[in-house]
Amino acid sequence: MKEKNGFLKKLSGSRELGLAAILIVLCIGIQIKSPSFLTPTSISDMLKNNAVTMIMALGMFEVLLIGGMDISIASTAGLAGMSVGLLLKYGIISNTFLGILLGILIGIVCGVCVGLVISKGKVLPIIASMGFMYIFRGFAYVLSGGQWASAADLGTFKDFALTSYLGFGVINNVIMIVIVCYIIFFVVTKWTVAGRKVYAVGSNVEAASVSGINSDRVKLVVYTVMGMLSGLAGVLSVSVYGSAQPNMLYGQEMDVIAACVIGGVSMNGGRGSVVGVFLGALTMAVINKALPLVGIDSIAQNTVQGVIILAVIVLNVLTQRATDRKNLKGREM
Amino acid sequence: MKRKMLSAVLCAAMVLSMGVSAFAEEASLPDASGKTFAIVTKSAGNPFNEREESGFQEVIEACGGTAIIKQPEAATADAQVSVIQSLISQGVDSISIAANDENALQAALEEATDEGIKVSSFDSKVNADSRLTFVNQAGVSEIGVTLMEAVYDIAGGEGQWAILSATSQAANQNAWIEAMKATMEADEKYANLELVEVAYGDDELQKSTDQTQALLDKYPDLKVICAPTTVGINAAAKVLQDKNSSVKLTGLGLPSEMKEYIGDDDAHSCPYMYLWNPIDLGRLAAYTAIALVNGDITGAAGESFEAGEMGTFEIVESDDGGTEIILGAPFKFDASNIEEWAEVY
Repeated sequence: MKEKNGFLKKLSGSRELGLAAILIVLCIGIQIKSPSFLTPTSISDMLKNNAVTMIMALGMFEVLLIGGMDISIASTAGLAGMSVGLLLKYGIISNTFLGILLGILIGIVCGVCVGLVISKGKVLPIIASMGFMYIFRGFAYVLSGGQWASAADLGTFKDFALTSYLGFGVINNVIMIVIVCYIIFFVVTKWTVAGRKVYAVGSNVEAASVSGINSDRVKLVVYTVMGMLSGLAGVLSVSVYGSAQPNMLYGQEMDVIAACVIGGVSMNGGRGSVVGVFLGALTMAVINKALPLVGIDSIAQNTVQGVIILAVIVLNVLTQRATDRKNLKGREM
Repeated sequence: MKRKMLSAVLCAAMVLSMGVSAFAEEASLPDASGKTFAIVTKSAGNPFNEREESGFQEVIEACGGTAIIKQPEAATADAQVSVIQSLISQGVDSISIAANDENALQAALEEATDEGIKVSSFDSKVNADSRLTFVNQAGVSEIGVTLMEAVYDIAGGEGQWAILSATSQAANQNAWIEAMKATMEADEKYANLELVEVAYGDDELQKSTDQTQALLDKYPDLKVICAPTTVGINAAAKVLQDKNSSVKLTGLGLPSEMKEYIGDDDAHSCPYMYLWNPIDLGRLAAYTAIALVNGDITGAAGESFEAGEMGTFEIVESDDGGTEIILGAPFKFDASNIEEWAEVY
């Protein structure tokens, strides 16, 4: 058991190293083209503007780890953001932390729904979450009743994204939340039984069941956590952009899945790490930030973004294969 | 929460009904009794569309007709096609549509025309073959001149400025940007203004934020950003205001979304901006539909008709070979009227 753990760690370790190298090269290249890229303000802006993807990527990582899929997350985030936006607009709540807490709760409820249908109902994850994608987005529209919550309606709630009292006056609140989420996930997936159970279910469901893991319960928890993080991301987005609209974050699930895949999370389950997800999400953030900066023609930016994402993934897969082969050789001997 | 929302809705309804009765007394209105007029907006859940609908409904009902309001579930042509088909089977007298796609609705709208339904578009047009006429919120060149004048004024007559648009394929935005460029080239007055970049934020808050920050980083001498799109101007306003930037903003935006950012002092990022009045647009669409159904106009260029208290409108040739009716110059929102308009839409 010990040996297998070490083997796994080594595998993912090398892949992350490869990605980190690519990321560093990318950053150096951008820095040469545009010296304002790696300044504290610029980095802070970048992380804040990509906080939603970074937070949701953690949940998606767990979902992919068990071989699942959840495309309802952007709708969950939209529903949570819209609900809290309206509550603030009509003056029903005014406390920032209550708003964030309510967003998380709405996310949890959404996540439980998705999780129950997938784990108890045995519906294919992509189909189940597609259903909820429409349901949650529809709720957001119905709830909004054609109204938006704009900056003026949100009162002090948007100050949360402008201040840094959670980050000891240095790190922006939103970024601090991202950091805390990553630390928690790193610890949980690496060193707790619960975290390892997720890997077990993802690697081999039958084997996990035989060894006494309730795989249905693991699935339910994973989708609930995904919902929770989506809810959190939704309310943070309202604070960051000072606006809640029923169609907010539409299509964001693609960016989140891309961040995970770049980070080396296998879409077949069982493989991936928090460090990888962090690097993957960071790569997405750097690409988003840098494309308009380095002077690529606006019209070509989407194409360039796609090419870079594919290139990073291909490079990453090649490194992975090389290490796999090396490790296999080692085992045969 | 329900009760509060209900009371808000009731208040709005009261204000609206007061408005209706007030203007019903003073203007001579066309007769629309016994007829049914349908309006199809781009999508549900958008305050701008809701205001168009309320203006439309107000006029139709004041003229004695029945208004049917249809919002497709999604902002797609597909969703609008099924709405059009259900309206055909209901046997309405007219359809006024804000199209999600210029060409994709042609088959459905031709079917409606064959059934004797008078089809016109407003806000966002369908192609010339699918409509009798198009109620245009503002002429392309008028928007170009107005925005260019705003950039000139805010920049103080000289310096660098940039455009933050929606997607690079957005037909409206592209036409307006071309009109701004044409205005800038045509007049010596604008010779000292330098357009450094047209950036595209794809009408996403995140991407628009990235683009705005990049503009600030790339052009330290930038003076003005012009964002002719409601999502873009909202994102840019927040970035500039949070950074307390000296760069100022103008463009086309929703008053309720922009209330926080509009003001004359340095603490506000947007001195003033423009948009058309969606209620008036809905009203004019209604008068146009009534005139078409009553046979006062056929949609040919050169015809004119009375639009109640809004006055007389003339049908003119449009660039795409069809005809259009232009509502007027864009409406200016500044510190003096933003509070009032933010309540409206």
